[in-house]
Amino acid sequence: MEHTSLLERILRGVALTLVVIFFMFPIVWIFMMSFQTNETILRIPPQLVFKPTLANYTALITGKLTTAAGTLDIAFMRNLWNSVFLSVTSVAVALLLGVPAAYAFARHKFRGSEDIAFTLLSFRFAPALLVLLPLTLYFQKLGLANTYIGLIWVYQLICLPLILWIVRGYFEDIPADIEYAYRIAGHSWFATFRKIALPLAGPGIAAAGLLAFIFAWNNFVFALVLASADKQPVTVGALAFITSSGIQYGQISAAIVLSITPTLALALYAQRYLVEGLSLGAVKG
Amino acid sequence: MTAATMRRNRPSGFRISKRVLPYVLSLPALLVCIGILIPFFTSVVYSFQRYRLSQPWARQFNWGDNYISFFTDPKFWNTLEISLLYAGITVLLELLLGLGIAMLLQKRSTLNNFISIMLLMPLMTAPALAALMWKLMTNPGFGVLSYLASLIGLQDFRWASSPSTALFTVVLVDIWVYTPFIMILLLAGLRSLPTQPFEAAALDGVPRSFVFFRITLPMLTPYILTATLFRLLDSIQQFDIIYAMTQGGPGDTLTVFQVEAYLNFFQSTNVGRSAALMIILWAITYFLSNIFIKNWLRLRERARGQA
Repeated sequence: MEHTSLLERILRGVALTLVVIFFMFPIVWIFMMSFQTNETILRIPPQLVFKPTLANYTALITGKLTTAAGTLDIAFMRNLWNSVFLSVTSVAVALLLGVPAAYAFARHKFRGSEDIAFTLLSFRFAPALLVLLPLTLYFQKLGLANTYIGLIWVYQLICLPLILWIVRGYFEDIPADIEYAYRIAGHSWFATFRKIALPLAGPGIAAAGLLAFIFAWNNFVFALVLASADKQPVTVGALAFITSSGIQYGQISAAIVLSITPTLALALYAQRYLVEGLSLGAVKG
Repeated sequence: MTAATMRRNRPSGFRISKRVLPYVLSLPALLVCIGILIPFFTSVVYSFQRYRLSQPWARQFNWGDNYISFFTDPKFWNTLEISLLYAGITVLLELLLGLGIAMLLQKRSTLNNFISIMLLMPLMTAPALAALMWKLMTNPGFGVLSYLASLIGLQDFRWASSPSTALFTVVLVDIWVYTPFIMILLLAGLRSLPTQPFEAAALDGVPRSFVFFRITLPMLTPYILTATLFRLLDSIQQFDIIYAMTQGGPGDTLTVFQVEAYLNFFQSTNVGRSAALMIILWAITYFLSNIFIKNWLRLRERARGQA
């Protein structure tokens, strides 16, 4: 392994360069497009050097899009807010429900515990539309159609299994003896949970929360089926935005950049935990 | 012994019996999800009904008719074929690419670690938004990829808007988004392998291909299986990329299961057929997920053992 030939090192370098170009190019290109006017975007051949403009971002943030035909209202900031609100609330609810459950599954082998844990896991793998399509009809009857509550509930399908299975692993890593010692000292199970288990599993819980946030943010189909324009997150909003804004490619790019930046930033921040989270705790990074 | 001691020193405060406690802790999570089980059974019922939203009066049980009609329905066979094709091609290519990249990055170095983190960015991009990015890049008017295609002699390459290249285009986007998933799992697997067999092989001057096929691959198999099945489960259900890119078109070129069910429900309002399609997809994923969970559990045990 040590004595690699020069040729091999060159080939490896070329291969890695091609890999990096393929995977990074789209992000870089869209980023560049977001600072261009339609005029430079439409130029052929595509320009690598251009005078950057912030006009696309100001148009999105102010919600006013000025075209030759007049001013157009764009509700993209609304979509961005919906994404933030839906993801944050869904993760908060999932943590509230999932962390105690994860603790129960990690610490107590009770009748049906594995069945319940696997049922929750299976939601991760069932086709989303299988439940979403009948759910639209139910939601209309229950008055949950196009409400945040309804969406947050459905978002639990993504967030809960993830949090449950990752956090369970972290609880299992804590030696039970520490907790027994604390209990024997006369503390209640709740005090033990709060003072011992939660702090020790803290980093894992935070990482699971961040990952759940990313997956909630990136979800598309739930809101596509269950929400109308005023409740839609960026993933659905951006699609509608393309049809409504017509040919304002700069703005579309800026909207995409604004939509993917939060998850990319969080992923970089939490990258140490990504492997474990993506494999639902089966592989450690 | 420990349990007996604990019972005697029963702490004050929350007095919930030890037998009930785990149920109390896990029940809320379960209840939230049971709400989701109801629509699942509703889907089963719908799939045995003649049910069109446009003709609610004609709704009645037709038992297996929705399923039986699939046998003679070319649209269904198209859906099945394109779904399997899509899942097969994407997972196979992502596996080969992911394994290759993981092996390129195997050695721990600042540069390799930096690249592997950078490569995660496509995976963290929402697939629907990734599809939009590629849609912009393949726009026939100004798309940079259309321009590059024309440079290598592919004049008027239509990408997702031509039936002959639509599958290629969405597969490309899928590869862009999900190859890093396989790459990062296999990279973690490769780096966790014991070093002795490789050192021994190097000492004995064993050829590289032999090391790869006889040592690396067998030891990596649990990781490869888990990553592949995980992707297969998601890929056979792909909706976001295809819907955002082409909405199943052009024509019915890309009407994979979930896209076809969505269109059946919302466009032709044929709830019965849509539900039957979803049940068939569910049966496929249920079968796959059982195999997956076995492998996944084995790997999970191993990871826990290392901790």
